[in-house]
Amino acid sequence: MTYAGLDIGSRTIVLVELDEGLKDFVILDTGANPLQRCQALLDGRTYRSVVATGYGRQLAATTFATEVVTEIRAYAVGARHLYSDCRTVIDVGGQDCKVSLLSDTGEVRKFGMNDRCAAGTGRFLEVMARALEMDVGRLGDHGLSARRMAAINSLCTVFAESEVVSLIARGEDSPTIALGLHDAIATRIAGMVRRVGPRERVVFAGGGALNACLRKLLSQKLGVELTVPEQPQIVGALGAALIARNGGCRPNRISQPR
Amino acid sequence: MADYRSMWTELNLDLEKHDALLQALPGMYENIYLSQDNRPKAMAYFDFVIGEIHGLRVRELMDHKASGGKVVGLFCVFVPEDLILAAGAIPVGLCAGTQFSVPDAEEVLPRNTCALIKSSFGFKFGRTCPYVQASDFVIGETTCDGKKKMYEILAEYHPTYVMEVPQKKTPLGRELFLDELRGLKAKLEEETGVTITAERLTAAGALVEAKRRALRRLHNARKARPAPISGLDALLVTQIAFYDDVVRFTENVNALCDELEGRIATGEGVAPADAPRILVSGSPMAIPNWKLHRILEDSGAVVVGEESCTGTRYFSPALAANDGSLDAQLAAIADRQLETHCACFTPNDERIDDIRTLAGGWAVDGVVHYNLQFCHTFANEAVKVEKALAKDDIPLLRIETDYGDEDMGQLKTRVDAFLEMIRR
Repeated sequence: MTYAGLDIGSRTIVLVELDEGLKDFVILDTGANPLQRCQALLDGRTYRSVVATGYGRQLAATTFATEVVTEIRAYAVGARHLYSDCRTVIDVGGQDCKVSLLSDTGEVRKFGMNDRCAAGTGRFLEVMARALEMDVGRLGDHGLSARRMAAINSLCTVFAESEVVSLIARGEDSPTIALGLHDAIATRIAGMVRRVGPRERVVFAGGGALNACLRKLLSQKLGVELTVPEQPQIVGALGAALIARNGGCRPNRISQPR
Repeated sequence: MADYRSMWTELNLDLEKHDALLQALPGMYENIYLSQDNRPKAMAYFDFVIGEIHGLRVRELMDHKASGGKVVGLFCVFVPEDLILAAGAIPVGLCAGTQFSVPDAEEVLPRNTCALIKSSFGFKFGRTCPYVQASDFVIGETTCDGKKKMYEILAEYHPTYVMEVPQKKTPLGRELFLDELRGLKAKLEEETGVTITAERLTAAGALVEAKRRALRRLHNARKARPAPISGLDALLVTQIAFYDDVVRFTENVNALCDELEGRIATGEGVAPADAPRILVSGSPMAIPNWKLHRILEDSGAVVVGEESCTGTRYFSPALAANDGSLDAQLAAIADRQLETHCACFTPNDERIDDIRTLAGGWAVDGVVHYNLQFCHTFANEAVKVEKALAKDDIPLLRIETDYGDEDMGQLKTRVDAFLEMIRR
């Protein structure tokens, strides 16, 4: 009996297959037609049920998903499954940053999410990596190699990018700038986490958790240890798959879009 | 619609732009309103009013002007409609609720200004609102710094009179406001040539109070479970209250309430009895700003109240009985208006009490604090609201947005997560 969780994010699509334990997972770029990509991904695979989450969950709701849940709930369920004492989940995704506070039984008690801008998200790091002409996957280590830190004052992705351009023009070296960028985003995320009022254990997940520099700075700023799962990007899809295996939260309670 | 083109030309509207606006509205209204299930039949009147939003009602205003009357534009619940009516003039709440007019406004106003201010100014600057065009002058107020300074710029394009609203609820503040009412009375008399007598003011006050009473009746009907009317429809009724004919509107709200009370008696509703019941609190939602209600109700919740200028702040305080003299009536109006628990006041803890009362009396499962971006008074007050509700264990979701659609996905995620949280 296999169940699936599908996290259709703004940058990646993650599929998790679950039977007794984690069976398999796949990570793809979202691209311009996520519905088509999901259908290609699911082609030839059959599941007892599929629960979709992520930004594109409503697309799935009308087609192949049995049920849809928000990323906030999916990440909470996934993180809690991996660490039964988890009380706070930080999810830095492609275009959102979310923080959830869980009750001692794992229910979401409170959550925060960035407003309508990309500051504090994976997208911010992508744009900055491009400005520094490097792969986003290398940006974290690059920042960690810095001996000094440039001050980045702007949290707006557009303005921060022009700040980076002027720092480059001033001859500032690239690791120094990279460290400053990570510091800016970590400050922003830490503010959001404090607003929610974190409790330990704090699990840091989502694609942003792959970045070692961000992990280090965020942990320093919050003064807590962050637990990062081995595959931080799949936590949402894992949560969705677990919800599928448990027979959904409550059937048909999230209405379909008109 | 072709019938009105000559009227719109006479009003000096930018016809091409105005056509684009009117083309967008029916599809939007159909999607958001007409697609709702099990709407009360009496909503047909309000659908008709929206269908004629830039037509029949504007024609009525033009007819009033042709017979020598005046039309006065306003943006805020602090401006007393009864005083305007007593001068034989018609008060109309002006358009301020759509992204459509924002780009026009941004040619002049700072971009970091709240959408309501930009939208209202943009309608005048872009000549796309027949109501502001039809108005003889606009009455502004000082309920926030953004509006206060915008009115100075608006005055370059349209006759504008600004009345001061105090910042503190003190005897001195009341004195100031009463003085402002006397000043407004003199201004209205000068503009209309009509002397506002005690009798005229009593008659006008009764009309407006009857309208507010009808709206309070509607508000009370929403206590029922299941909710007999959607939040979208109830919000629409309050929005229309600002510009429709006061007598006809009151009759139709009462007819709607008759139907809703019938529904309550038979247990009929627009949403399942266990649908999460939401109170929306915060910045005003000027017509056609239906964004938040739509997301909430599309996600399976039902909005049962608005602690808002397009909600309880508009109709809740009642006009106190008085001896009927002009002075006593003006004092009663001042006292009533100052009972409006707007975030423009400091302190404004009564608003928090209001939210608590509504949350209890309307059996609310959660409160959504709605904040227009750059609306600093409500944004700051949200901090206190959040603390107070946490103490009462009432779930709160804070939303900050504007009129654009680009954050619909993020808002839907937040709303869905909030509903998941309160359903458990």
